Amino acid sequence: MPRTLAFLSAALLTILPAHADTLDVYTYESFVSEWGPGPQIEEAFEARCDCTIRWTAVDDAAILLSRLRLEGSGGDADVVLGLDTNLMAETLDHGLVRQHGLVDLEFDLPLPWNDPVFVPFDYGYFAVIYDDQALPQPPASLDDLVSGGNGADLIIQDPRTSTPGLGLMLWMKTVYGDSAADAWRTLSSRVLTVTAGWSEAYGLFLEGEAPMVLSYTTSPAYHQLVEGETRYRAAMFEEGHYMQIEVAAMVEGTDQEDLARDFLRFIATPEFQGAIPTGNWMYPVIDLGDDLPDVFRELPAPAVSLLLPPEEAGAMRRQWIDEWLEATIGE
Amino acid sequence: MMVGLRPLLWPGGLALVASPGLAVLALVTLLDAAPPGETERLLDRYALHVLAFTVLQATLSTALSLVFAVPLARALARRPVFPGRGIVIRLFGIPLVLPAIVAVFGVVAVWGQNGAINKALGTIGMEGLGPIYGLEGILIAHTFFNIPLAVRLLLPAWESIPGETWRLAAQLGMTSWPIFRLIEWPRLAEILPGIAMLAFLLTFSSFTVVLALGGGPGAATLEVAIYQALRLDFDIVRAVFLALLQVVICGAVAIVLFRFARFSLSEAGAGRVTRRPDSHGLPGRIGDALMIAAGIFWVGAPLAGVAISGLGGPLTDVLARQDVWLAALRSVLVGLGAGVVAVTVGLLLGATTCDLAMRRHRRSLADVLEIAGSQTLIVSPVVLGAGLFVLLLGHVRVFDWALPLAALVNGLVSVPYVLRLVSPVLRRTAAHHDRLCANLGLAGIRRIVWLEGPLALRPLATALALATALAAGDLTAIALFGTEREATLALLLYRALGSYRMDEAAVIALLLVLVCLAIFAAIEGLGRVAART
Repeated sequence: MPRTLAFLSAALLTILPAHADTLDVYTYESFVSEWGPGPQIEEAFEARCDCTIRWTAVDDAAILLSRLRLEGSGGDADVVLGLDTNLMAETLDHGLVRQHGLVDLEFDLPLPWNDPVFVPFDYGYFAVIYDDQALPQPPASLDDLVSGGNGADLIIQDPRTSTPGLGLMLWMKTVYGDSAADAWRTLSSRVLTVTAGWSEAYGLFLEGEAPMVLSYTTSPAYHQLVEGETRYRAAMFEEGHYMQIEVAAMVEGTDQEDLARDFLRFIATPEFQGAIPTGNWMYPVIDLGDDLPDVFRELPAPAVSLLLPPEEAGAMRRQWIDEWLEATIGE
Repeated sequence: MMVGLRPLLWPGGLALVASPGLAVLALVTLLDAAPPGETERLLDRYALHVLAFTVLQATLSTALSLVFAVPLARALARRPVFPGRGIVIRLFGIPLVLPAIVAVFGVVAVWGQNGAINKALGTIGMEGLGPIYGLEGILIAHTFFNIPLAVRLLLPAWESIPGETWRLAAQLGMTSWPIFRLIEWPRLAEILPGIAMLAFLLTFSSFTVVLALGGGPGAATLEVAIYQALRLDFDIVRAVFLALLQVVICGAVAIVLFRFARFSLSEAGAGRVTRRPDSHGLPGRIGDALMIAAGIFWVGAPLAGVAISGLGGPLTDVLARQDVWLAALRSVLVGLGAGVVAVTVGLLLGATTCDLAMRRHRRSLADVLEIAGSQTLIVSPVVLGAGLFVLLLGHVRVFDWALPLAALVNGLVSVPYVLRLVSPVLRRTAAHHDRLCANLGLAGIRRIVWLEGPLALRPLATALALATALAAGDLTAIALFGTEREATLALLLYRALGSYRMDEAAVIALLLVLVCLAIFAAIEGLGRVAART
């Protein structure tokens, strides 16, 4: 009986709200999985902050925006980590985040960064990853992929829930413009499944369910470094690749403003950034020098890097998602 | 409860405030949140597609279920005595109470890419089945639920055929086909439309199966689209619109169902021995045996899949996890909360409808009230939940109330079960004992303690056990209200399935079944003991 009581009270304690020195970070699943960068970053930050990081992980990052809106000012979140430039404008418009007040942050990004609210924590380029044993002739361009030169199946993510899914939608939009819906109609017949999150899609791909999956140009680095496997490659497209800059921000309703600010500052340090290349398998936002594995220097670079301004992506997202929904459901 | 001058209205009134009062409130909230000018965006091709897919899969699910259920039920009816028949009938009762997400796991374990069938095909060198995500998987899971349900609803049709009919058929030398056409079909034709509509309604509102097996926006039911719009996309306007669409269609089907359906969910299948002339031939025996074996396989294989994968899974790893046991604790709490809600609302409503039906001779009004209490067939749990969600949004932290809200929604869903179990007892008591009670002056609380209490204890315990077990295994409400923080076992299982952590999912699925079974057995057992003393 005493043991039962002890268990129950332990259970209750776990259910009850967090202590004062807990930093609640909302992020996406793969970031905090045991092979993701989360555990290493947590350990490093907790060693210097005398606090506890409590992760809340959703399937994929685009859910973070709706999650913050659903929770309103009453949520637990102190920091949201995993939104990207395409979601910044809406997050700002809904008053979900506040200025970090950090002035001395410096980044080594492909484009200048000077945002008072969002702190970038990594970047990369979306790409279709293919298994060269199942698909010897990968598509050479986005148009090749769409019009189905090779007829192979593809696994993608839902732009409503996933930032890679959203990225592909915007990639198609920048390349095809007004005829993007037609392109989606053509492509969708070969989309094996649309998953809610990146983890699910990549898991299916590795199970061999389809020879292609939407991911990043940096994904093959994982297979090369960890598995010594070179069969998974990024299909490099002539039209260029849509870029993703992943960002973090302090949540408007935070009750841990100082801790949250410390964490955002920590993002731009080598300790945090060192966990990114071989944890999140993305490019770091500062120059890591020799600490960046060579594989990352050898990865193919996109011919053109595409990125819509945050304001445009934000203003058009809803309408384009409706268009995507209509186009992908078939006739 | 002496026959008072005025009808006993307050308990039923209270119950109606909860259900359908809350549903009406939810609907008003949804209507209120729907801006008028945006219908153009909303009735777009996406919405129409979702609607079309919902109807398509529900129609196919229903048709497939009935096409197999009729010959299966006939085979069982023709073989009223064979070893293990009772077990088969019981087996067919399991899907009714099995958590839907567990059934999904069972279906994937058997039919999935790495499932038992594909492994078997692989060992004999044959090409495996394709992926089951999408319409195929949905249909497999829905027929897993609906074939046994339809069989159990169909069987009484045969039991109602009198022995003289069979003697006459034998004298006329009727063979199997004329027997079916002239004797069996007319009785089936009476109840089939009702069963079809019930199956249609259940699959039209299917949430868990479609969420877990759908595989993309192309294969979503209205229920899933409502959930996605609200929780994943924060497109409240779309959620509201889809919810209203769902209510209108379910309402229309349900009204037809309640008006015309002629079947009862009474326990069936005891197997009356009949002497039908067409049951002796060898081909008939073989045909029936094959049909029954196919039925056992269809229902039994996913169940066996759950048991075998679960026992063969990483038991010690998963069962050592604190979050798994916390999730189990939350499942039990949601279940108990729902059980209390269901029994309370059901009893209050039952008291009033009993009074109206037995003492005021207003039986039809009583029936209407009981149907109103069963409104969750029309205002589905997702719609009810979406309404409550939108209502509470901005006032309280909805996610903090995930468990109570899930209990509330699940409780209201189970009110019909409570009514069906308890209402007959209350009415019987009124019919048999009202006069005696009046003579003895036994009324009010004393009458409840001495008369209704002891008599209704067993069915009440069964109702509580059923509502509790169903809610403990539910995914719908907790998916809508919950987050990872308040994960129940069903939510853990869904997430494990979603990330293809099948080993982990196997153990959680088995644990969830055992938790539901244990709750059911414990409450029912307590009721039995209490009723005896």
